[in-house]
Amino acid sequence: MSSRETILQRLRNRTGGELTAPECDFSVLKRPDWSTAERIELFEKTIESVHGEVHRCTEDTWIGRLAELLATRGARNLLVPKEHEIGLSLRSAVERESLPSLLIYDEPIESWQTALFNDVDAGITSTRGGIAETGSLILWPNADEPRLMSLVPPVHVAVLYAKEIYTTFHEAMLAQNWAAGMPTNALLVSGPSKTADIEQTLAYGVHGPKELIVLIIE
Amino acid sequence: MSETAQQSPHHIDVKEFHPRAQAAIHNPKIRQNFRKAMDGLMTKRKSAFEGWDLETLRDLGANIRLRALANLPDLLEQLEQKLTENGIKVHWAVDSDDACQIVRDICVARDAKSVIKGKSMVSEEMELNHYLEEQGITALESDLGEYIVQLAGETPSHIIMPAIHKNTGEISELMHEKTGTDLSHDVEYLTTAARLQLREKFMNADVGVSGVNFAVAETGTLCLVENEGNGRMTTTVPPCHIAVTGIEKVVPNLEDVTALMALLTRSATGQHITTYFNMISGPRKPDEMDGPEEVHLVLVDNGRSSIYQDNELLDTLRCIRCGACMNHCPVYTRVGGHTYGTTYPGPIGKILMPHLIGLDEGRHLPTASSLCGACGEVCPVKIPIPDLLVRLRQESVDGDKLHPAKVNGHGAKRGAMEAMVWKGWSWMHARPGAYRFGTNMAARFRKLQPGKIGGWTQFRTAPKLASKTLHERMKERGQ
Repeated sequence: MSSRETILQRLRNRTGGELTAPECDFSVLKRPDWSTAERIELFEKTIESVHGEVHRCTEDTWIGRLAELLATRGARNLLVPKEHEIGLSLRSAVERESLPSLLIYDEPIESWQTALFNDVDAGITSTRGGIAETGSLILWPNADEPRLMSLVPPVHVAVLYAKEIYTTFHEAMLAQNWAAGMPTNALLVSGPSKTADIEQTLAYGVHGPKELIVLIIE
Repeated sequence: MSETAQQSPHHIDVKEFHPRAQAAIHNPKIRQNFRKAMDGLMTKRKSAFEGWDLETLRDLGANIRLRALANLPDLLEQLEQKLTENGIKVHWAVDSDDACQIVRDICVARDAKSVIKGKSMVSEEMELNHYLEEQGITALESDLGEYIVQLAGETPSHIIMPAIHKNTGEISELMHEKTGTDLSHDVEYLTTAARLQLREKFMNADVGVSGVNFAVAETGTLCLVENEGNGRMTTTVPPCHIAVTGIEKVVPNLEDVTALMALLTRSATGQHITTYFNMISGPRKPDEMDGPEEVHLVLVDNGRSSIYQDNELLDTLRCIRCGACMNHCPVYTRVGGHTYGTTYPGPIGKILMPHLIGLDEGRHLPTASSLCGACGEVCPVKIPIPDLLVRLRQESVDGDKLHPAKVNGHGAKRGAMEAMVWKGWSWMHARPGAYRFGTNMAARFRKLQPGKIGGWTQFRTAPKLASKTLHERMKERGQ
């Protein structure tokens, strides 16, 4: 008998008899209907408490703000999506704003792994929304914004639309109907990479980005 | 380095609990490191749940886990089907050896020589690193705590914070000795050094091995909870990802994960959420630029299906591995994780490990508790840990009529003397005349009572028999 059959058979023929599944009431996760302003405020407070940085911008100001933020960090380059509007806007603005040179992740990782790990200073991605209660960003990496874009460069910038901030994870998941089908990889990102493994002392950027910058577009 | 940790990790005799506990209790460094960490974690957990209806949330957590267990075989099949549709290959392992061989075979088929690992307690249970080394495959831990523990040749002393038994000075010396970093108490410097050392390894690893926090049957999704990003690296950079998990980790719906997450991270480290919550539902698609080309899931039984047989012991399988029971355990805080000599230390280890290694090996585990009840009070999925400890204590001397013993190695602590004493006790209590005569005699001749009564008087004074029996006193009061 295969291991699979052995295990399933043992589980099916349990000596304790049939088990009854209890009802699960998720209402304890519900929160009052907060206004967008309240959600932004809570999101900001929560993500800042874990070392995330938030900047409120508009469609017209975010690129200028980004340029400033990257300049103060001395970033030499920025990895941007190829097709997403964020990438398109940045590429068309590169002449007038003092942005660093823009890179595109349009080749498989194998062909430029060393450069990605060693030479890229920052990456910018879109989000599918935010979660106020936990200060989280929802990311669904895809061909245009691959998985490592938000992980390998030391600075991760995320663009979040204020109207897409949900109150709870539960609400966001139901509203976006995740159960209908998940992408190969989906993420909640809540702050920069961190560890407390050395005597409970917080240190940032242990494997992933040292800094997480969220540009909220109102 | 602690005395308890100097032994080779894979040759610890679990039965030697008492000598290790003695050594740990007399080791001020161990006491300080654990006390400080556990105090902090208790405070953080408390404040993280402020404003929550914690009891209702814990009820929901318990019900979600129970519902999953009630349909376990069906859910495992559904999970397998969904994962297969998503392009993830599913393997089943009855025990640790079986699981290790599956991982090895995948590595061999890919001609893989180096494995990088994210944190996984199931892989610790399998002693996977040790096994792979013997097969000529290097396995490197990438979680900072696990990396430190591996450099030291030790095992984790806590399931969430593996290197909690060491302070910064000890870690600095260890990294200096093993990796050539400068001696420094600057945690930032030590962390950056580890980042650089491990980035090299991520780029060159042939296979990434990770654990799984929740496996969702409805969508075929593997969820990983972490702060460092090493879990994402492990599951994204190498061309092949192997996830290993216990068969009990499956839940029916994606929605279930939201409630369990709310409980898990707050209970574990007092965080509202961890930095990364990673949901993996498939290997790299043809048009994607990164991600592993192959993803495998190894479903490990290793004793879990035995626990599943019994309606009371079943509750052990609800565990979501938050570690809150150890953070709140007065015994764990004093003796530290290594004293137990088991993969899972603390209260959860005491109710889980006897099933994995047998009650003969793990005979001291159920009694290494004051039954204060703190573990049961903080458990996010309401596992009645103290009740299960009592049950295992019964089993270790061979159960009772209500609960015939079921755990392997039951009766290991049964002694002729103890059995005789209880037989006499029950005989006497069933006969009023004999009982009165016996207690009267004990009261009359109480001066003959020995001053030392075995283990009891090792740390306590002996209880003194009263000069009058209870019956006599009641009679005097005219009742």
